[in-house]
Amino acid sequence: MDVTLKVKRYDPETDESAHFEEYQVDLPEYGAVLDGLLSIRDEQDGSLSMRCSCRSAICGSCAMKINGKSRLACKTMVSQLKELEGDVISVEPMGNQPVIKDLVVNMDMFWDKVNAVQPYLQPEGPVPDKEYLVSNDSMMELAVAMNCIMCGACVSDCTVLEVDKGFLGPAALAKAFRFAGDPRDGHKQGRLQLYTEPNGVWDCTRCFMCVSACPKDVAPMERIMDVRAMAMDAGLTNTRGARHVDAFASSVKHSGRLNELGLAMKTFGLFRAGIELAPMGIRRLLKRRLPPLMHKKIATAKNIGRLFDKLGV
Amino acid sequence: MRQHQVIIIGGGLAGMRAAQKAQEMGADVAMISKIYPTRSHSAAAQGGVQAAVSEGDSWEAHAYDTVKGSDYLGDQDAIEILCSEAPGDIYALERMGVIFNRNDDGTIDARAFGGTSVNRTCFVADQTGQVLLHVMWEQLLKSGLTTYSEWFVTKLLVEDNKIAGCIALEIPTGKVEVFRAKSIILATGGIGQVYNPTTNGLVVTADGQALAYQAGATLMDMEAVQHHPTTMKANGVLITEGARGEGAFLLNSNGERFMDKYAPNMKELASRDVVSRAETMEIREGRGIDGCVLLDLRHLGRDLIMTKLAQIYELARDYANTNILEAPVPIQPGHHYIMGGIKTDVDGRTWDATGQGRWQGVEGLFAAGECANVSVHGGNRLGGNSLLDTIVFGKRSGAGATEYANANDWAPISEEAELADQEGSIQGIFGRPADGLRSSTLRFEMGNAMNDGIAVFRTEEGMTAALNSVRDIKERYPNVSVHNKGRVFNTDLLSVLELGYMLDVAEVIAVSAINRKESRGAHAREDYPDRNDEEYLKHTIVHRGGDGDPVLDYLPVTMTKWEPQVRSY
Repeated sequence: MDVTLKVKRYDPETDESAHFEEYQVDLPEYGAVLDGLLSIRDEQDGSLSMRCSCRSAICGSCAMKINGKSRLACKTMVSQLKELEGDVISVEPMGNQPVIKDLVVNMDMFWDKVNAVQPYLQPEGPVPDKEYLVSNDSMMELAVAMNCIMCGACVSDCTVLEVDKGFLGPAALAKAFRFAGDPRDGHKQGRLQLYTEPNGVWDCTRCFMCVSACPKDVAPMERIMDVRAMAMDAGLTNTRGARHVDAFASSVKHSGRLNELGLAMKTFGLFRAGIELAPMGIRRLLKRRLPPLMHKKIATAKNIGRLFDKLGV
Repeated sequence: MRQHQVIIIGGGLAGMRAAQKAQEMGADVAMISKIYPTRSHSAAAQGGVQAAVSEGDSWEAHAYDTVKGSDYLGDQDAIEILCSEAPGDIYALERMGVIFNRNDDGTIDARAFGGTSVNRTCFVADQTGQVLLHVMWEQLLKSGLTTYSEWFVTKLLVEDNKIAGCIALEIPTGKVEVFRAKSIILATGGIGQVYNPTTNGLVVTADGQALAYQAGATLMDMEAVQHHPTTMKANGVLITEGARGEGAFLLNSNGERFMDKYAPNMKELASRDVVSRAETMEIREGRGIDGCVLLDLRHLGRDLIMTKLAQIYELARDYANTNILEAPVPIQPGHHYIMGGIKTDVDGRTWDATGQGRWQGVEGLFAAGECANVSVHGGNRLGGNSLLDTIVFGKRSGAGATEYANANDWAPISEEAELADQEGSIQGIFGRPADGLRSSTLRFEMGNAMNDGIAVFRTEEGMTAALNSVRDIKERYPNVSVHNKGRVFNTDLLSVLELGYMLDVAEVIAVSAINRKESRGAHAREDYPDRNDEEYLKHTIVHRGGDGDPVLDYLPVTMTKWEPQVRSY
C-alpha cells in the first residue's frame, strides 16, 4: 500500500521555522502511521525525530497531529485514513506544547499540571494488614480514568489551553477524578476544593475536543463533569462555576428561559460583573446584541417548573 | 559532574520500586531513564501478577509451580523469596493505589494463568502492568524523586572493579555528563529488539545487559529466551495469556482444540514453552493458517470480553482486523521475554558477596527486573511472575544498593578524560560518510537471524548460522553512519548506540544456546530433545574475555526442597 506522508520538520540547530517534507512509503495492509514514520526514519531520512515505543497504544509516546487531529501514530491505521480522509496524510507535532525537534514536543508543562492535582492516593486512618476492602464496581469505575496513558492528545487539542495556558487541562483533571472518586482516599473534600479553584474543572468549556482526541476512551471532559458534580454534592457551591450552574438552572426553572443578565450577576457577583463584564456589555450594546434588560417568563413557565419539581432539582 | 549515592538506570517497575525503597531508607537517590518513566515497557504487561493471596492457596504452592515451570533451572532459594514475599508486596501495592479487580467480599480477585495449579494471578482487567507502572510513578511524584528522564547511559564507570558512576547523554540537548555514584542499579528491562518480530517495544534494546557485560559483570542463562504463544502476525503485538486464563481455546485449521494432545490436563493453560511448541508443531504439520493458529474467545461472551479483556478486543480490531466477539483471531508464537540476564544474588548484587569468587561481577553494581537473573524463572518463566519479579527484587536491590552505599566510599573518577573519550566516540560516528550503512539495516538482519535460528525449536546448525550472522554484523558495525549530525533529540545516533548493545548481547545468547546440548524450558533442541540433568542441571554463565569474546562457565543450581521430576502438564 503506497502512501504519501507530509511531515512537519523542524530542527532548532539549522531551521528558522518549521516546514513540511513529503515522503512516499510502501506499507503492509495493517500498517499504522507510525510504521510509515519508522520506515522514513530507517530507510530514507534518519534525521526524523519522534517518540515511540510499544506499537500497541499503551506507552503513550507517539501522540501527534495526524491530518490535523491529535491521535496515536501507532493506533491510526493508514488504510482507514486513506479511505476516509484521502491519499496524502499530514503529520505534525502536538499542539499547545513547544516543539523540541520535528514531532517531539516539550511535555514539561503537561507533567507539571498532572503533578499539581496531587496524583497519588492519600489514605487516612488505620492501615489494614492486607488490602483495603472495596467493591469491584467502585474500582472499575476508576478503571476508565486509569486507562489514561498520559499521551497528551487531549491537551494537544484542548481549546481552553489554546487561550489560557493556566488551565489544568483534560489529562490532569481526568487524573484528579481518579483520586477524588477512590473510596480509599482520605482527602476527598480537600481535593475537590483544589480542583474547583480557578484553572480547575470550572474552566472547561465542554467543547468535546478531548473526548474525541482520547485514544483510550477516557473521555476526559466527562471525568471533569464528574468532578464538578462531586464538588457540588460536597457542598462546594460558592465558586463561579457552581453559581453559574445554579443560576442557569434556577432561571430556566422559574421563567422557562435564560436570564442572561441575571446569570452574569449571580455567577460573578454584582460588583465583579459590573467591572469584568462591562467591556463586553459595551461591545454587545454597539452591535445591538445586548440581552433584554427586563427578563420575561415564557407563557408555559409553570410547566417547566413542574418538570424540575418532578426531577427533584 | 552530578553526584548521587544511589543511581538507578531504568524507569520501569523494577527501577521505580528500587528507587522507592532506597528513598525510604534515606539514600540520596536518582533515577536515569532514556524515556519518561510512564513510557516504560512494564506498561505492556497485560494479564496480571502472581501472588498467593486467595483462600486455599499458599506461597509454597506458588513456589512449586514456579520451580516446575522453570524446568528446574531456577534457584530455589530465590524462588522461595519471590513467592513468600509476593502477598505482602501485592498488598503494599494495593495500599499505594492499585485498583485490582475484586471478589464480592472486597478482597483482591485472582484469575487462572498458564502453569499454575490454582487461580493466583491478581489483575486489573487486561492492563495490569500499566496500572502498576502508573501507581509506582505516582508514588515517586509524591516523594519527589530526582529523575533524569530522556537521558541515555552510554557507559558504566568502574575503578578497581568497583562501580564509580556512569556517563549519560541528555537526549533533548545532546549534552554528555558524568554521574558519580556509590552504587548503581541496572533496571533497563529486556532485549526485545534483538529479535524480529517481538512483543517488546522499540526502546527495549538490551542496554543494561550490555552495560554490565562491558563493565565486567556476568550474564547467566542467556539461552533461556521465551516465545509467547499468542502474538499477532502483523506486528508481533501481544495478546494476553489472560485470554486463555479466562477460557479461550486454541484451534488449528481443522477447528480442533489441539492442546488436548500436547497437555491433556492443563490444555491451553500449560506453561508458555509447552504451548508455543505445540502451536509450532501444528503449523509445521500443515494444520496452521498462513503461519498462524487461531485463538477463539467467542464463547466467553461480550460481557466478559468487554470488562476483562477490553484492551485485546481493541488490539485485535486494530492490528488483525478481527472482531474477537465474532471470529477467532490468528496468532503465532513470538519473542517475548528473556529469563536470562545479569547474574545477581537475591539482593541484586552482581558480584559474589561471599568472597568465594564463583562468578565475575562489579562491586557496587546491582541489577533487578528483566535485565537481571536472580534466578527465579530458570528455563521458562510463568506468566504473571515477571511483574512480581520487578516488585520483589526491585525492592530488595534498592535496599541492597542503599546498604552498600552507606558502607562504602566514593570511587575516583577522571571526569575530563571520560567526557573527552565519550565525545570522541560520538564525533567518530558523526565523521562517517552520511550515505553509509544504516543501523536499521543491521538491526533487521540481526533480528531475523536470531528469530530464524534461536526461537521455539533450535538446532546446532540453525544456532550456528545465527551466531555467524551476528558476528558478521558485528564486523560491519563500525561502518554504521548517521544522517543526523546534530545534538538535539538525535534518535539516529541513539539507534547506533543501541545496536552496539544488542549485538554484544545477541552474541552471548547464541554462544550460550549452542553450548547447552539438551532441551530445558524454552531452550528446545531438535538435536537434543531430552532434558539432561546429569550434564546440564547447571547455569550457563558468560563474561567478556580480554579479547572481547564471550567466555563460558557454569554455576550450580541451588536446590532447597524440590528434586527434578518429569515435567508434564
